[in-house]
Amino acid sequence: MSAEPILSYREVVAGYAKPVVGPVSFDLGPGDVLGLVGPNGCGKSTLIGALTGTSKVLSGEVVRKPGTTIAYQRQRPVRETDVPLRADELLRLTAATAEPPPSLRPLLKTRVDRLSGGQFQLLTVWACLGGDARLVILDEPTNNMDPDAVAALAELLLSSRGDRAVLVVTHDARFFTEVPARVLEVGR
Amino acid sequence: MTFAQVFDPLFRVPLANGFLLALVLPLLGAYVRLRNEWLAALGLAQVTAAGGVMAILVGVHPLAGSLGAAVLAAAIKGRTERSGNDVYAVLLFFGWSAALLGAANSTRGEELSHSLLEGQLYFTTWANLGAALALVTVVATAGTWLSKRLLLEHFFPESLAANGASPWKLHLAFDLLVAFSVALATESIGVMATFALVFLPPWVSFRIAASWTRALVHCAGFSLTAYLVAFVLAIVLDQPFGPMLVGTLVAGSLVLLPFRARR
Repeated sequence: MSAEPILSYREVVAGYAKPVVGPVSFDLGPGDVLGLVGPNGCGKSTLIGALTGTSKVLSGEVVRKPGTTIAYQRQRPVRETDVPLRADELLRLTAATAEPPPSLRPLLKTRVDRLSGGQFQLLTVWACLGGDARLVILDEPTNNMDPDAVAALAELLLSSRGDRAVLVVTHDARFFTEVPARVLEVGR
Repeated sequence: MTFAQVFDPLFRVPLANGFLLALVLPLLGAYVRLRNEWLAALGLAQVTAAGGVMAILVGVHPLAGSLGAAVLAAAIKGRTERSGNDVYAVLLFFGWSAALLGAANSTRGEELSHSLLEGQLYFTTWANLGAALALVTVVATAGTWLSKRLLLEHFFPESLAANGASPWKLHLAFDLLVAFSVALATESIGVMATFALVFLPPWVSFRIAASWTRALVHCAGFSLTAYLVAFVLAIVLDQPFGPMLVGTLVAGSLVLLPFRARR
């Protein structure tokens, strides 16, 4: 990686009142895909929270390249039972103007509350990847997904690689057998 | 009374005032429902009523007391940084208690308490209409900006904070807008009619609309139609407006609910 990192974690210990995870160090540059892998409860989301403000940096440093925009797909994305937002309206919210992948195109005129859990998960992933954010964070993106949807997700990640950086947080290390990425184990 | 009296110049200001409120309240109600805060209107309306009654006890104009109480309630709710109905339920109980206790200790307060609960649309003035017009202007100006952020914050809650925005400022701005709207509406059409305009059109529209944009159109269309029908019926049948509006909204909801969006 030769370009200036978009995001750097330097010996970061993150937590709340007490440390939960760390110290962790990594650099993430344009075009990089980094997998943060570890069992449930090991502090992966807490580590990302140090960037978004939902947890605290107790020691170390999180450095973000100035002007970097972030798209964040949270763990367990909100899927309401009675919200009339259509899939294409959701994509417009995040300015995901890139041509959606074939698996999503038939769903664009469907209300998000009529999508399956896997379809909604794919949609929110594309809402993050299809925009112009320089840093995309996907927190447990394979939740609710069957094997076909996981394959579609891998295809999305591979096809949307550009000069953005992607940080994938998952407990499922097997995902990275399909997606070439650097993998950092957390909590070991 | 006769149908011709609907067009009496005396009713023009009340008609226009209620029309503007019937346009704005359900649109705000859609976002209130999105945030699962549908109790907001009732909680804020009760606090508003309490503010109006308390204002009389201390010799202040009731509208100032109502607006002040609503803004204070929104600010308190905003500082809790919690979405959902819990805070509004507490405000509802507090407002109900304070309004009735205040009314019990003042003749004028008791009179106002009744009028706030039942509504007094026919007695609204140019001042009420001006405030409603200002509210519509604010919503028309900031609506698109606010809508995008509220939806984005709902579906991607960490995104705003991750990009340096302050979610609590967004929440506070929206809570204040809702509080101001509810205070104005409570003063004009009463507690329950205000709650009905915020709750019922979005409740129905969320079920039958095929998209968010259409849901907003349905909300406004349903609300305005029900308002005009209720206004005419209340005058022709010589009935109180507030209960007539609530009844019309309920009847309309029962008619529309069986329709479901196809996708």
